[in-house]
Amino acid sequence: MKAYLAILSSRFRILIQYRAAALAGIGTQLFFGVVRMMIFDAFYRSSSALQPMTREQVITYIWLGQAMLLLTMLAADTDVAAMIRTGNVAYEMTRPIDLYSLWFTRALSGRAAPLLMRAIPIFLFAGLFFGLRGPASVAAGVMFVVSLLGGLLLAASMTALLTISLLWTISGEGISRLAPAPIFFFSGIAIPLPLFPGWLQWFIAVLPIRGLIDTPLRIYLDHLAGADAVAALAHQYIWVLVLIIAGRAILARGLRNLVVQGG
Amino acid sequence: MPQIVVENLVKTFQVAARAPGLWGSFKGVFKREYREVRALDTVSFSIEQGELVGYIGPNGAGKSTTVKILSGILVPDSGLVSVMGRTPWVDRVEYVGKIGVVFGQRTQLWWDLPVIESFDLLRDIYAVPENKYRAIRDELIAMLDLRDLLDITVRQLSLGQRMRCDLAAALLHDPELLFLDEPTIGLDAVSKLAVREFIGHLNRGRGVTVILTTHDMDDIEALCRRVLVIGNGRILSDGTLSDLRASVTRERWLTVDLADDASLATFADPDAQLIRQEGRRFCLAFDPKRVSVPDLIARIARNYSVHDLFVENPPIEVIIARIYAQGHAEAGGARASPIGRSH
Repeated sequence: MKAYLAILSSRFRILIQYRAAALAGIGTQLFFGVVRMMIFDAFYRSSSALQPMTREQVITYIWLGQAMLLLTMLAADTDVAAMIRTGNVAYEMTRPIDLYSLWFTRALSGRAAPLLMRAIPIFLFAGLFFGLRGPASVAAGVMFVVSLLGGLLLAASMTALLTISLLWTISGEGISRLAPAPIFFFSGIAIPLPLFPGWLQWFIAVLPIRGLIDTPLRIYLDHLAGADAVAALAHQYIWVLVLIIAGRAILARGLRNLVVQGG
Repeated sequence: MPQIVVENLVKTFQVAARAPGLWGSFKGVFKREYREVRALDTVSFSIEQGELVGYIGPNGAGKSTTVKILSGILVPDSGLVSVMGRTPWVDRVEYVGKIGVVFGQRTQLWWDLPVIESFDLLRDIYAVPENKYRAIRDELIAMLDLRDLLDITVRQLSLGQRMRCDLAAALLHDPELLFLDEPTIGLDAVSKLAVREFIGHLNRGRGVTVILTTHDMDDIEALCRRVLVIGNGRILSDGTLSDLRASVTRERWLTVDLADDASLATFADPDAQLIRQEGRRFCLAFDPKRVSVPDLIARIARNYSVHDLFVENPPIEVIIARIYAQGHAEAGGARASPIGRSH
């Protein structure tokens, strides 16, 4: 366990050095937050029909979503991709630690470090200037933290799967370009998921992708409360478990047929 | 029981073969030809605790594949491996805690971290107790002269500095067995000597078993009492370096630099064979049993105007190349058999 914590903290220290990237990210996310807020403002003004979310809820959903954007930007680990391309992955296997746990740990720090650096300033900024509200209740706040952690684990287990796929594809370019499309659509980062048409809801509800940000956001808003919130949390954590088990099985298979590039 | 036992190890790789040109690429989209390459073909050997064994062979002979199987990275098709009583690819996580591995062309240090932080991280990964870690680390720092490098990030190190740090990194957990895959590749003369001296010291002083693969025959001559030669996936020879040389040829080489162009066309000697000529430089092979070195030199000096000459053993590379050629002939030629298969 100590080994993984040490790796987590060292990765964290490395990633926290990328301050310019974080600043640029904050700027971009604020800009798109304003754009999205204006779009939904126009939508609510022009429609008199009753919507599944209030305008205030949507604004908080958008801004908190912007703060958590990095949970939806998933791609294969570029360091592992480089290791596989050059054959350095051989060294990863000479460590007395479980390779899946190692890659999962890397994925976790790869999501958590930049998320923290961007989420807090955006959260404060949007709270001050754009109408981001606090959690609906103390209970909602506590459950939000639990589901935020769930979203983080989900993002890490998905990233680990993408990374493992590199054992077959080597470059990872393709999968890292394909993955964002369904995630963009079904995570809620484009349009809050409750606003999707009814006939699509069951499909969205089954997919693990909603666990990334939609579940934490709606728990925060009390849009999912009580039994619904517990069910959403269960959905999130069960998917984490399923993806970890699948990732381990696929990795074990990949390692049996491993070829180290470059001799 | 020997520390390492390898029996009938076989490993094949599938190599996608594509016909050349545009049409070949197009065909490759629909039907791929796979060629099966036998990287290891029934390799067997055993190594005792405390040995320092050179493992050599041409590129693609199967050296690295063997090392990667022995260090738990690759899984063989068939065969038996027992290192310190364990099967590397089965008990990988426990097993690799007891071995050290250095791949000369790669680094196991963290590119973005200072060297000392990489060491600390390895301490945590290998769960080395703090007291033991400090003692070993300080000893390695002294032996490899790393004191000035510790605060530098790895990416800023020169190749020679990095290799010294990599050697230390592979030894922090005090392994009984060390695999070195081309540890001197690309190093300058000074660094090479430092690395060699360190490896020798480690083996003699601490009794660490070392398996060294290299293309640098000076490494082998300086360090290895025993040499395993692999070619085309098979062990071709196993013994001391002088045995190896004697088993292949008694031949010596004489290199002659002529002083002028007068006899360029006619230069020859009845007891020596011309191997190659570059300008005024002639390289001859001869059998010292048939003609003694002084006789041959005297005769050539008499018949031609000689600027310079020297006698040497054929480079070990040539010996290896001959063993390789012999092994190839005995095995009946090509072993890589193409098999067509759609995928």
